[in-house]
Amino acid sequence: MEAVTDFVNAVVLLLNFIVVPGLSYGSQLALGALGITLVFGILRFANFAHGDTMAFGTMMTILVTWWLQSKGINLGPLPTALLALPAGIAATILLLVMTDRTVYRYYRHSRAVPVTFMIASMGVMFMTNGIVRFVIGPNDQRFLDGERFIVSARNFKSMTGLSEGLSVKVSQGLTIVVAIFLVALLFWFLQKTRTGKAMRAYSDNEDLALLSGVDPDRVVLVTWIITAILATIAGTLYGLDKSFKPFTYLQLLLPMFAAAIVGGIGNPIGAIVGGYVIAFSEVMVTYAYKKIFVYLLPQSLEPQGLLQLLSTDYKFAVSFVILVLVLLVRPTGILKGKVL
Amino acid sequence: MSSTLKTQLAFAVIALLLVIIGLVQSWNVALGILNLCLISAVMALGVNMQWGYAGLLNVGVMGFAALGGMSAVLVSQAPIAEAWQASWARLLISALCFSATIAVSIVCYRKIAAGRNRNLALALVIIGGLALTRFFFDPAVTAIESIEPARTGFLGGMGLPIIFSWVFGGIVAAGIAWCIGKVALGLRADYLAIATLGISEIILAVLKNEDWLTRGVKNVTGLSRPVPYEIDLQTTTWFIDLMRWWHSGSLGTLNEAEQQLALRQFVIDGSSIFVKFCYTGLFAGVLVIVLLLSVKALNSPWGRMMRAIRDNEIAAGAMGKDVTRRHLEIFIIGSAVIGVAGAMLTTLDGQFTPTSYQPLRFTFLIWVMVIVGGSGNNMGSVLGGFLIWLVWIEAEPIGVWLMAFGTGWLDESNAIRIHLIENAQHMRLFFMGLVLLLVLRFSPGGILPEVVRKQGS
Repeated sequence: MEAVTDFVNAVVLLLNFIVVPGLSYGSQLALGALGITLVFGILRFANFAHGDTMAFGTMMTILVTWWLQSKGINLGPLPTALLALPAGIAATILLLVMTDRTVYRYYRHSRAVPVTFMIASMGVMFMTNGIVRFVIGPNDQRFLDGERFIVSARNFKSMTGLSEGLSVKVSQGLTIVVAIFLVALLFWFLQKTRTGKAMRAYSDNEDLALLSGVDPDRVVLVTWIITAILATIAGTLYGLDKSFKPFTYLQLLLPMFAAAIVGGIGNPIGAIVGGYVIAFSEVMVTYAYKKIFVYLLPQSLEPQGLLQLLSTDYKFAVSFVILVLVLLVRPTGILKGKVL
Repeated sequence: MSSTLKTQLAFAVIALLLVIIGLVQSWNVALGILNLCLISAVMALGVNMQWGYAGLLNVGVMGFAALGGMSAVLVSQAPIAEAWQASWARLLISALCFSATIAVSIVCYRKIAAGRNRNLALALVIIGGLALTRFFFDPAVTAIESIEPARTGFLGGMGLPIIFSWVFGGIVAAGIAWCIGKVALGLRADYLAIATLGISEIILAVLKNEDWLTRGVKNVTGLSRPVPYEIDLQTTTWFIDLMRWWHSGSLGTLNEAEQQLALRQFVIDGSSIFVKFCYTGLFAGVLVIVLLLSVKALNSPWGRMMRAIRDNEIAAGAMGKDVTRRHLEIFIIGSAVIGVAGAMLTTLDGQFTPTSYQPLRFTFLIWVMVIVGGSGNNMGSVLGGFLIWLVWIEAEPIGVWLMAFGTGWLDESNAIRIHLIENAQHMRLFFMGLVLLLVLRFSPGGILPEVVRKQGS
């Protein structure tokens, strides 16, 4: 009997420290990587400003959230930020469409090389970053309200009588649900609607798409709108789950790029797969497995050290090493993306 | 306007700006800015070699600069004998294990035909080798870090004069660049950019966490200096005499007691300026050397080949140029120059703080310098380094002043006014982005564009 309890305890530990955080972080990365991959597929450049676009969208959402909170409006158990999201998305759409009009459109029409776009996106990154820091400051901001947990560790323990607790935060549950919904919507849009099909055609072969009468400006406009929606939601979910700080969003750029490339850049399904691959490897490589083995192994075989492969601070290294491995072994990514 | 005249004019403007800062703020501030301008210019030259000569997009400038900073610590700090005594055997074994792992995996890679078997063998060798290395290495680290952790807790350095670290920093950066280049070059520009961005984050992660190497986030302070200390100067006879001679005009009008007091103040102010001036001399020397070599290289057959490769890789490849190899060369050289600049920066700061390395400041700002100054033109990069650093530093007080002026009609305690003035410093990021975009759009060659030489002229 005790062996069974130990085993269940080990499984709960695994769920609590690896599966749940991995799923929610992975969903956030996947949504971010989808934005990068869409821009890459349609506009054909690596968008360095994406992390700061996320920060901008999140900031607008936070500002509206604070305003709603000051008016006493809330969603009960759910965070008020959900109510503020549409406003944040609208502001981000405005920002992206404006940058496209003022910056990228010129290079698109003059058929500049991708590297020029990339350098231009660095400029946009600086400007967006400046705006975000100017408006909300460089510090941590918290805007989470409502219930904190769907299942708290203490309740779980008293319910099941196990010694290990499983906690699922509202923000984590929300992330996973929203991500599934958004991704389903995106795929429906890309596969079934006329605009979505035009986007895929444009991404696949620009010249043929143009010959078939696809309006390039419209395709690009829709791409930026979708990117804004994904980025704002991804950023807000990440901010709810952890906390909002402009600098962290800049740092998210690397794992998001890695996710997009690992999955196969330009391929939306690849971005999702890549997001989870990166997130789970980060969580798994930096987790200390000692406790799990204490439950699973007989006492005489108990491990000495923490059994942690890498310290938590190396999580960026993990995404990068995976990126390099994929580039060397399978340059197109796990699912076939564009060959670079 | 001929390009030489434009160059001279541009640098005259910079000199004028520095003089204005000297007169309005103080000469101490102006020299401080000038020193960082010189370092920025060296970094910009490094990036310009990679981007301007060869079209390689290195977004990992921060990492190479940090490597330079690390080498300043490793060269100048005195070795910690106890730490070495406690760990040398284990360190040696783990180093051997690590080298053996690399050697065996290279052999596997070469001898086994590509496919599943090779991947499996490589994975086994690498995982096994690393586990073995860590088995010896982890106790060594524990031993090192337990020796006076509040004061040292690391291996120390070589105890050499810090100026050698400028060379050492270049070598370390070159070595790491070789490793990165072997893996990442030959990929498309986008991938190289993302790969270098990743590498620089990893380098920083290592420097922040490996306490045995450079004390991690506990920082190494009090690095030795290549120039005299202010305190020593203030009691040195020749320096006091120099100050008396320099200020003899204003001192002559005072009586005996006042003279003593005034001289004391002159000596204190003067010592700080003198020290900064010594740094200026050293940095300017490095800049001139790097610049001369760059110009020489760019005008040599080698430089011509580089430009040919940049402008048309396929054509250059068809002419029998080994494109990947040349790219590796220039990537290493450019990174080495950035490493030298990084070591210079840490020398100037007198301390190594890994947390101070931020991608916006150390990678993307350098990029703005190169693009705005003029990619492909060495003088342009130097100008970009000077100009952008000046703007970056002076944008802060000017921005705050403008905000205070613009919101003057609001009440002192108005929340919006306070917020605007407090956050005005962040507007310089916005401004930098704007400058970059404007230059990229309306003058893609930068302020001093590359001089295109025609055959036979």
